[in-house]
Amino acid sequence: MATPRTLINVPAARSGEIIEIRATIAHVMETGLRPDDQGRVVARDIVTRFECRLDGATVFAADMFPAVAANPHIAFRLRAEKPGSLVFLWEGDRGFRHTETVALKVT
Amino acid sequence: MRAAVLRWSVGASRVLGALGGLGALGALGALVLSACVSHIGSTPVEAAPVNLLNTDTRRAGFADMSTALQAMQQDDTLNPAILWVREGEALWSQAPASGPSCAGCHSSPTSQSQTGHPSASIQTAATRHPAFDGTLNKPVTLAGRVDLCRQRHQNLKPQDADGPEVLALSAWLMHQARGLPITPPPDPRLTAWTQRGEQLYGARMGQLNLACTHCHDQYAGQRLGGAPIPQAHPTGYPTYRLEWQKLGSLPRRLRACMTGVRAEPFATGSDEWVALEGYLMTRAAGMTLEGAAVRP
Repeated sequence: MATPRTLINVPAARSGEIIEIRATIAHVMETGLRPDDQGRVVARDIVTRFECRLDGATVFAADMFPAVAANPHIAFRLRAEKPGSLVFLWEGDRGFRHTETVALKVT
Repeated sequence: MRAAVLRWSVGASRVLGALGGLGALGALGALVLSACVSHIGSTPVEAAPVNLLNTDTRRAGFADMSTALQAMQQDDTLNPAILWVREGEALWSQAPASGPSCAGCHSSPTSQSQTGHPSASIQTAATRHPAFDGTLNKPVTLAGRVDLCRQRHQNLKPQDADGPEVLALSAWLMHQARGLPITPPPDPRLTAWTQRGEQLYGARMGQLNLACTHCHDQYAGQRLGGAPIPQAHPTGYPTYRLEWQKLGSLPRRLRACMTGVRAEPFATGSDEWVALEGYLMTRAAGMTLEGAAVRP
C-alpha cells in the first residue's frame, strides 16, 4: 500500500449533538522489539501521533507507543455545533505523515 | 448477566423438550396412520421426512466469538478487514499498465457508467470456489482465480493467496458475497478433488499424529488451551486475525494448524491446499458467508 488506506466515519449530526468519530489507518505498527526470520531486530516503525482538527483547531489528539496494535483504531466524541472541515493527521517513524479531510455535516 | 444466560438455557431446553415430545407424537401418529393404511390394503405412500427440529449442528466460528468481536466484525466502521476490502475495491477499477482493469471485463454496464456495477457472477464468485478451470484442467480457489485472471488478462506477475493485491481482491470479492450461502458447483470433475480433500482431512500427520477430524469433529466445541476449538468451516476467509494483526488467507490458517501438530505444511500453491479447501467448502455447503471476517 503506497498511500495508507484509512477508514473514517463521521456521522451527520444535529446542532449540539455529541457524535462518535471513528478513524482507522492501515499501519504495521512494528514495535522495534521483534526479531525477523534472520534473527535481526526489525527497526521500530509506528504511528506516534494522531490529531484531529476542526477548521484548524485541535479537537482531539493522541500519542501512540509500541504497545498499540497494528492498524490503530481511534474513536472519540465531539459536540457538533457548526458544519466544518475535519482534518485527520497521523505522524510517525521514518517521516510517516498522512492526512485526510472529511466534511462535518451539521443540520 | 449470568442469571439471564441460565434462564435462557433453561427456557431453550424446555422448548427443545416440547419439540422433542411433538416429534415423538408425530412419529406415533405416523405409525398409527401407516397401520390404518396397511389395514385398508392400498400401497403406503412413502412420506418425505419432515425436519421439525433444525438438525444442522454446523456452527461457524463466529458463533463462538465474544460479543465484542462479533460487533467488531459486523460494523464496517470497526472491522479492520475493511481496509483490505477498500483496497480491493480500488484495485477493481484501476487498470494496470499491462492490461485492462477487473471492472473493464467483469462489470455490467449501468446507465451511469460503462464500468459501473460488478456483474452478478462477480458478486457471487466467493460462494462458488474452488471451481474447475478448463485450461489448467484442475480446480482453482477464489484467490487462485484472481491470480490467474491477473496473469492471463492483466499480464501481471503471479502472487500466492497472501500476496497483497490478491489478498485485497479476494477480501473484496468475499465481502460482495456476504450473507450468501456457500454453493459448491455440482461439477463432476471436482468429485475426485473433494474426495482427495476429505482424505487429507482424515489423514493423520505430524509428530502429534493428528488429523483435522480429530480436533474439528471429535473435539469441536471444547477448548484447546484457552481457545475454543471450532468446527473448521471456512465461512469468512480471508480473515483478519487479531493474532496476525493483518488479513490472511485460508491456506495461511491451515498452515498454522499443520505446524500446530508439528507437521511440515504442504508446499505453497500445491494441489493439496486446493483439494482441502474444496472439501471444506463442500462440508460447509449451505452455510452463510460472513464477508471478510474477524477472528481472535
